Amino acid sequence: MRKTSFVLRSLCLSLILLLTGLESVAAETPEEKGYAIAARSDRSDRGFTSSSVGMTMVLRNKAGKEARRTLSLRTLENPDESVGDKSLIVFDDPADIEGTALLSHARILEADDQWLYLPALKRVKRISSVNKSGPFVGSEFAFEDFTALELEKFTYRWVREEACGEFVCDVVERTPRYEHSGYTRQLSWVDQSVFQVRQVEFYDRKGSLLKTLTLDEYRQYDGGYWRAHRLAMVNHVSGKSTDLLYDTFEFGTDLSESDFVKSALERAR
Amino acid sequence: MRFRRALVLVGLGLLVSCPLLADGWSLSGSLAAEVRWFANSPVLDGQLETVQGSGLFAPELRWRSEDRRHQITLSPFVRWDAEDDERTHFDLREGYYRYVGDEWELLFGVDRVFWGVTESRHLVDIVNQTDLVEDLDDEDKLGQPMVKVGWDRGFGRIELLALLGFRERTFPGPAGRLRPPLVVDRDRTVYESAAGEERLDLALRWSHYLGDWDLGAHAFHGTSREPRLVPAASRADPGVELVPYYDVINQVGVDLQFTRGAWLWKAEALVREGYDDTFGAVVAGFERTLYQIGGSSADLGLLLELHYDGREETEPPTIYDRDLFFGGRLALNDSQDTSILAGALVDRGDGSTVLLLEATRRLGQQFTLEFEGRSFLDVAPAGDLAALEDDDLLVLRLSWNF
Repeated sequence: MRKTSFVLRSLCLSLILLLTGLESVAAETPEEKGYAIAARSDRSDRGFTSSSVGMTMVLRNKAGKEARRTLSLRTLENPDESVGDKSLIVFDDPADIEGTALLSHARILEADDQWLYLPALKRVKRISSVNKSGPFVGSEFAFEDFTALELEKFTYRWVREEACGEFVCDVVERTPRYEHSGYTRQLSWVDQSVFQVRQVEFYDRKGSLLKTLTLDEYRQYDGGYWRAHRLAMVNHVSGKSTDLLYDTFEFGTDLSESDFVKSALERAR
Repeated sequence: MRFRRALVLVGLGLLVSCPLLADGWSLSGSLAAEVRWFANSPVLDGQLETVQGSGLFAPELRWRSEDRRHQITLSPFVRWDAEDDERTHFDLREGYYRYVGDEWELLFGVDRVFWGVTESRHLVDIVNQTDLVEDLDDEDKLGQPMVKVGWDRGFGRIELLALLGFRERTFPGPAGRLRPPLVVDRDRTVYESAAGEERLDLALRWSHYLGDWDLGAHAFHGTSREPRLVPAASRADPGVELVPYYDVINQVGVDLQFTRGAWLWKAEALVREGYDDTFGAVVAGFERTLYQIGGSSADLGLLLELHYDGREETEPPTIYDRDLFFGGRLALNDSQDTSILAGALVDRGDGSTVLLLEATRRLGQQFTLEFEGRSFLDVAPAGDLAALEDDDLLVLRLSWNF
């Protein structure tokens, strides 16, 4: 069953690649080209069904003083691109927030459904997620920065082509479609070799450059999925930065819908 | 005693399984030192003066199988108090085995269960007994022996709890502050049920989420967690003391939350019978969050909740009869997770007011510093808070978390 769908997906992907190839021959607007690049990048990562990964978050203030968090992230992919994935974040360190867990049922153009589990009270709280642009657990990442990478959350426009490190990149401007996004626009650098996002600039509501995200240490897993293992976010206004260091991803885990329901929060750690 | 038997069973289970389960163990917890400062000298004989030092230790040992289907948790709690012998106590907060099936789970042992949505009163949260010597806020609970079965289905989650035996509420001793004018004598506890603390209580809960709604409903049949406090002649010396009397009650209740944008609308309600008269109680209100206030990273939540409780004066006392709570919760969203909660609970009948302040901040990676303050203002002489009028206090707690 899964194999068939993988074959189908590969076929579809080839078709899309073929079509986008053909399309570029015809006159293509910057919007179409931008969308095609983003779609190719996004879809090259799809079909993983579920994943599980541990990570370390290193928070640095202006003076370079560090604080750390370790957490795990489990994701259940939704094959339907018009509905978001489900994710569960469980904190492991610092010890005082150990076991604190956040369940998200992502939606594309609306606020996600989110529940927070507080182990001291054994309490699950539905929380407001309308604001996804505030700092996530004191870091320079906003919640939308590492969960909102779903294709349909943005509109796109191709800007230019330029060298980026060892690659040649397409620079694509993406505009959040979510009305409460903290950003007016983002610039993303997508390489032309394996179609992965290498850098993102975030522009705040006033239109000025707020943060830059650099993604590297990409590795390709069985099944062809690429994942960056080091995400470095620099806030140009506050001078603070956060590194997100991923461990090895596990794909196709035995996670199922019942691991992403409200009552699963309590038994998540 | 059933409670002890449950403990012994869990303990034996752990011992038997230990050698087999070399992997999958984890240990966490906290060790803390706490000081309470009371603003005024005591008004009752025998009460401690103005400083109350104590320490607490709360480790948590957990095991889970690689596939996460089998889980064991052991979480004891010890409080040592320099002044109040009743506050020095041990409790097994959690000690259970859990099997997690595909759409169901089974838990056997001692656990804590939280029900509800509101902030200033935990009205429907009935499963666990309040550990009142810890704090007045009903948030510290004693471990409850139980067998719990839960099913997650399309129509929501059903939980059935068989509560194996009763846990008595803790009360400050003669030396303690924050207590009724008369001492509560727990050695003379009376139960309506002939089975006393051996009684098997039952609870059933349904909960679900649908779009912006989180819904819950419950039914409970068993011994009331809240005792009446009945004056009786002291056994030792001439005088009067209070004897806890636990009725058998039936209760049904609902809790719901509507989440839209930055607003959380919340309500809990119940109907309870078993004391003299059947009565209803409600708490309802909202929380509205202002994000990144003043261009900073901080979020400010504004809270407002209204209370009504229709019980008679002969029934277990409550301070939430006709009250209003308002407050604010400031989360700085900094790397040290600094947060501050400030609020006031005002009796709409006589104007008696409790002011509260709670602040917490992580120090480095492993310590947390908590600060709490409570003040009782405009206390009506015959009101619910009369006994606490001179017990304004500050609490400072330093915890080492591992």
